[in-house]
Amino acid sequence: MNNKIISPSDALDIVKKSIVKRRSRDNRLKLFGRIAIGVAVCFLLTLFYSIFTKGYPGFFQYYVTLDIKFDRERIDPKGDLSDNSLFDGEASIIVNESLYSIIQPKGRKEKKLAKKIVSSGKDVRIAKMVKNNPSLFGTTTSVKFALDDDVDSFLRGYLKRETPENERRISDKAIQFIDKLNEEGRISYEFSDYILGGSASGNAEMAGIKGAFIGSMLTLSVCLLIAFPLGVATAVYLEEIAKKNRITEFIEVNINNLAAVPSVVFGIMGLAIFISIFGMPRSIPLVGGMVLALMTLPTIIISSRAAIRAVPPSVRDAAYGIGASKIQVIFHHVIPLAMPGMLTGTIIGMAQALGETAPLLMIGMVAFIVDVPNSVLDPGTVLPVQIFMWADFAERMFIQKTSAAIIVLLGFLISMNALAVYLRKKLERRW
Amino acid sequence: MFSFYILVGILLISFVFFFLGKNQAKKVAYTNKKKLHSLIHYYGLYSLLSSLIPTLGIFFAITICDDLLFAELIKKYIPDEVVNSKDYNFTIVLAQINNSVEGLIFGTPPEWVANAAAIWKSWVLKSNTITVAVCTITILVSGFFSLKKIKFEFRSRNAVEKIVTSILAVSSMIAILTTIAIIFSVVFESIRFFALIPYDEFLFGTIWNPQFEGADRAGSGQEGLSQYGAIPLFAGTFLISIIALCVSVPVGLFSAIYLSEYATSKERAFFKPLLEILAGIPTVVYGFFAALTVAPFLRSSGSIFGLNVASESALAAGLVMGIMIIPFISSLSDDVINAVPQSLRDAGYGLGSTKNETVMKIVLPAALPGVVASIILAVSRAVGETMIVVMAAGLAANLTANPLEAVTTVTSQIVTILVGDQEFESAKTLSAFALALTLIIITLAMNFYALHIVKKYREQYE
Repeated sequence: MNNKIISPSDALDIVKKSIVKRRSRDNRLKLFGRIAIGVAVCFLLTLFYSIFTKGYPGFFQYYVTLDIKFDRERIDPKGDLSDNSLFDGEASIIVNESLYSIIQPKGRKEKKLAKKIVSSGKDVRIAKMVKNNPSLFGTTTSVKFALDDDVDSFLRGYLKRETPENERRISDKAIQFIDKLNEEGRISYEFSDYILGGSASGNAEMAGIKGAFIGSMLTLSVCLLIAFPLGVATAVYLEEIAKKNRITEFIEVNINNLAAVPSVVFGIMGLAIFISIFGMPRSIPLVGGMVLALMTLPTIIISSRAAIRAVPPSVRDAAYGIGASKIQVIFHHVIPLAMPGMLTGTIIGMAQALGETAPLLMIGMVAFIVDVPNSVLDPGTVLPVQIFMWADFAERMFIQKTSAAIIVLLGFLISMNALAVYLRKKLERRW
Repeated sequence: MFSFYILVGILLISFVFFFLGKNQAKKVAYTNKKKLHSLIHYYGLYSLLSSLIPTLGIFFAITICDDLLFAELIKKYIPDEVVNSKDYNFTIVLAQINNSVEGLIFGTPPEWVANAAAIWKSWVLKSNTITVAVCTITILVSGFFSLKKIKFEFRSRNAVEKIVTSILAVSSMIAILTTIAIIFSVVFESIRFFALIPYDEFLFGTIWNPQFEGADRAGSGQEGLSQYGAIPLFAGTFLISIIALCVSVPVGLFSAIYLSEYATSKERAFFKPLLEILAGIPTVVYGFFAALTVAPFLRSSGSIFGLNVASESALAAGLVMGIMIIPFISSLSDDVINAVPQSLRDAGYGLGSTKNETVMKIVLPAALPGVVASIILAVSRAVGETMIVVMAAGLAANLTANPLEAVTTVTSQIVTILVGDQEFESAKTLSAFALALTLIIITLAMNFYALHIVKKYREQYE
């Protein structure tokens, strides 16, 4: 058929006949492309939607307002506001009494049940209040206390009134008490002061991300202090000083390899080298920061090298022309001009480090730590690990708190990335 | 805290030397009545660097070495009957002593532990004194030597630049050191693992059932139950990666084609960063999404069709991982498609082909090596990905090709074995290192291959 000679008009006919088919094929490809992007964007939106709808309520929780008589004798028996004295005091009994006076439970069993409606952190709350404001003593003030997580779940409607009593986590009597409190208008749904101000806790209603957040910041600052100077120094050395020889080529191969090594392997290295051989303690932000620094180093080096390469040779030549030495050219001209690009790479590297979980699990940052770490040598945890730990807990409220923590984490990541984009757009010069 | 104070002290003293060096240079210039070779601050910098660097080196050497030395020396103070007892483990004993040193005492420790702790404390005190003394002497001696060196004919700028260059060179060695550290930490433990478990059992065995050796010793009657056949883990990893590719390759590739060939520049500027957001989301968030949103959804929709979907299924993990690696494929493919010279496209259009024909018959074949490389890179990402599989794929080492069942992967086994308290020297703990070694080899091989393809392809057009 190919050998047949056809006249131009026949050829035109053949082309005309096929053109519709060819055009539709073209449109189909375009459609597939649109569908693919639509699918990807859809995934993204679903992810964000599911996290936000779950996490938004996590910032709020139910509180009960109780009238508390701040009796110094009972709350602070030694009268010096020390932790010891407040611990000996009867703050939680006072709270319970105030609660009983409203719902009037009969007998020990009911009292026990009533007590559990309010979260067990009530004495800590009172201790904090009187410490901040000793003038409260002698007054009667209404104070808001968090409700227990099961009560909270019930009020949110996750535990249904209709389910038989033995199948739900909250008893009929407790529901009666809650109704009573509700009738009196003492229950309110407000912004939770635990989610941002509280630390790790086994009680869902008191759990917060403060400890993990500070741990993250400490870890990240160690990571930044190590990775940024090292990354920039390496990039400068490879781009400006080193001659192309076997050693520099070997270094480059190593950097590319490190960029490809799975993050969990860096954790294993941290475990074997920093903890086992150097004998550093587990779970401290210092070790975490060091591991993350080694992990983000390739990212910083690669972007810094690109930034240095983008500085035009004419700048260097001009500097050499007025008598600058090599190091002066580098430190006075190349590095300042390449700085926006280097910073962009560093911010992206830090964002990567902030979201990283697996290597930190290896070096023991999963421990359950209630105290907020004060220095890089105190045991602590980080936000992503906290999220991982909370995701395992069974209580309904932890799902919301986990999602709330994810929202905070994503907020930070997005603002870091936005900063990187802004820096790239505003400061990077086009030559 | 002690180290911190010493560091601050060292820094302060070296700053003092900065000013001393500057003064010295001024004096030299004044007495010679001539201009010096270098700017005056280079003399100060020279004094600062030459006092700071040796002192820091010595300080870090001492702080790292003293614990190692103490651990070696304390062995003498452990009674023979403890050393000779059956379940003696030096690491545990050391931890006991260290806890006691830090004042964390659980119950009543034996007397020898308290003694050893006391001795350890005295050593720490001694080593602190020695550190202070040695550091002070070093910083003063090296500082004064540097001041002595500042004479009229001394070219301090060249000296400072030499020091700075060597600092830069040393920091570029960190990449090599890290690689060595990774190899070191993985290979040695793996060798010990393969001394216990033959490598053919590890590589070709089909049952993965690690048990703590302690269970054997306790006489639980489960002796010989430990089996370290890694095939189910490789199969699980492979299965999840395949599912991930089924999601990400079509979506990523078609979006790349659309963005580079069909989209207007406005669309491109909007959608490309949007897709890249997917790569910036932490994996733990994906894991949470997979475990709490995707898995229940698959389970309930599976039951509509009468399928029994496990609550931790390979499908959920694979789907979400596929979402995660979409940007790796779309961005890289987009770059290589853009790198195809416009002249090839123009030639296609000149012959009267439609856009579809140009893309499918000219651009894609030309960009194919790069596209393949991007897919390989995405696979190596998927293989090394940890959190999604830990949270969503489960721990059951099933050897199955059914995506609706729970499977486990190499990375999730590493995490479960090494998180928390480990039994030192047991085959179970060591197996994690062997798994890590195989993981490194697989991902590096894939990366090398991908880079090789990209390099070869680039040469064609440049």
